[in-house]
Amino acid sequence: MTSIVQHLVDAASLGALYAVLAIGIALMFGIMNLMNLAYGELIMIGGYSLYALNGEPWPLQLLGCVVITIVAALLMERLAFRPFRGASAPVLLVTSFALSFALQAIATVAFTSRAKGVSLPGFLDSSITVGSVSFSSLNVVSVVAALVLVTGLATGLRRSMIGVQMRAAAESFATARLVGVRADKVIAAAFGISGLFAGVAAILVVAQSGTVTPTIGVAPVLVAFVATIVGGLGSLWGAAWGGFGLGALTVLLQVVLPTELAPYRDAFLYAGVIFVLLVRPQGLIVLRARLERV
Amino acid sequence: MLELDQITISYGRTAVVTGLSLTVPQGEAVSLIGPNGAGKTSTLAAIVGLRQITAGSVRFDGEEITGRAPELLVRQGLALVPERRQIFTTLTVRENLRLATADLDRVAAAEALEREMERFPALRGRLEHPAGGLSGGQQQQLAISRALMCRPRLLLLDEPSLGLAPKIVDEVFATLDQLRASGVTILLVEQNALRAVRFADRAYVLNAGRVVLEGTSAELADTDLLTNSYLGVAPTSIGGKDA
Repeated sequence: MTSIVQHLVDAASLGALYAVLAIGIALMFGIMNLMNLAYGELIMIGGYSLYALNGEPWPLQLLGCVVITIVAALLMERLAFRPFRGASAPVLLVTSFALSFALQAIATVAFTSRAKGVSLPGFLDSSITVGSVSFSSLNVVSVVAALVLVTGLATGLRRSMIGVQMRAAAESFATARLVGVRADKVIAAAFGISGLFAGVAAILVVAQSGTVTPTIGVAPVLVAFVATIVGGLGSLWGAAWGGFGLGALTVLLQVVLPTELAPYRDAFLYAGVIFVLLVRPQGLIVLRARLERV
Repeated sequence: MLELDQITISYGRTAVVTGLSLTVPQGEAVSLIGPNGAGKTSTLAAIVGLRQITAGSVRFDGEEITGRAPELLVRQGLALVPERRQIFTTLTVRENLRLATADLDRVAAAEALEREMERFPALRGRLEHPAGGLSGGQQQQLAISRALMCRPRLLLLDEPSLGLAPKIVDEVFATLDQLRASGVTILLVEQNALRAVRFADRAYVLNAGRVVLEGTSAELADTDLLTNSYLGVAPTSIGGKDA
């Protein structure tokens, strides 16, 4: 029983991280049809912000990371993607690919390719014991952060004018402009929110290893893309469920696979993803996606 | 109020509209009619900045607006009811209408909403429902209402009768008559040529991207002339005046 609870906590924690990553990607895709491969570099920028703010009071370090990542996301939109506004999806994809490599190269020149140690607040590295179950505080922080972000985003999209505008733009950007929705504002908002999610993801990713490298965002962004596609492209809630589902499946495989097959966990995981896409190429949560496409 | 001067619109290397000139005087209703593929929708898209114009110019209230962004034109008083309504189906009716009031304060937005509810009472009970669940006629009402929330001085409508039952089409045109009577200038693109001609003060017939006939509603009441213009055999002028 204890181990089942332990595994559930692990699954929820990993799923929460994947959901945060996937929503950041889904937001940009929903508004701009942009598969932003450089999203991982926002996480990298967040990671190096934490490194640069080593030794500062932890609220400043964490808040600084999120703010810098949001600013980086806004600059990314303004400098790299706005000049290609209206370009086809493949052009935007290649642009993001080039940007991703360019940012990794800049980080390598600035910080070298060696991992840099990041000191994060102690509460991210402690363990909590409830009854006979003991789990990492990072697990709890991950789940709470994901819940807060998703709830806040859902509320903002429903209640605020910019949220309604973003939902309208996700449904039809051209029609949204016809009723006065400002394209620049909506796209900047989408990037800004993605930056917020990337900033939080950076804290969670760096907290797992305690280090940052120029390629720290590559693996998370791959997982986020998979979660977004499995969930149903363009759907915010699909991405969230895709993230949680992928996290749960990862932990499940970790538990059920025999020891000799455990090193091949990711192979089984992505085989499962391929199977899901063969059966449902539109993604798992397509109905939900149609109801609330962002 | 609106002047198109020799505009050309192209998709790649193919021109879909060539040298189109058209005038919509203030307070009047003008129809742009023609067969499928004539370039009517492209013309409206170009006016509102959704389609690039490769030659010529568009002037609104004497000001050059060629290539200006749609969201800026709305603020200048130019609104389009797009083809097939294009309401936001996942948003509620209220949210669809709210979008058009982003620049208004709370009181002004509430007044605008109330004005539209009086115009289209059927929408009042559906305000909190997803717009995708509305009937075709109600969706058209919502599309018109959404455009009117912006208080346009010039209203462009693209095929407002498309896919609607005859009774609903009557209601749509009754609404357009009211709008026209209230002083809103209208440019109507419509496949139902006779109805569009009867509705307007003036009409232009577009065929294969060119104006093949223009005249007042009375002049174009001759159905043979209109039919021939659709087939491309009509004269380009009426009463000796070049179209």
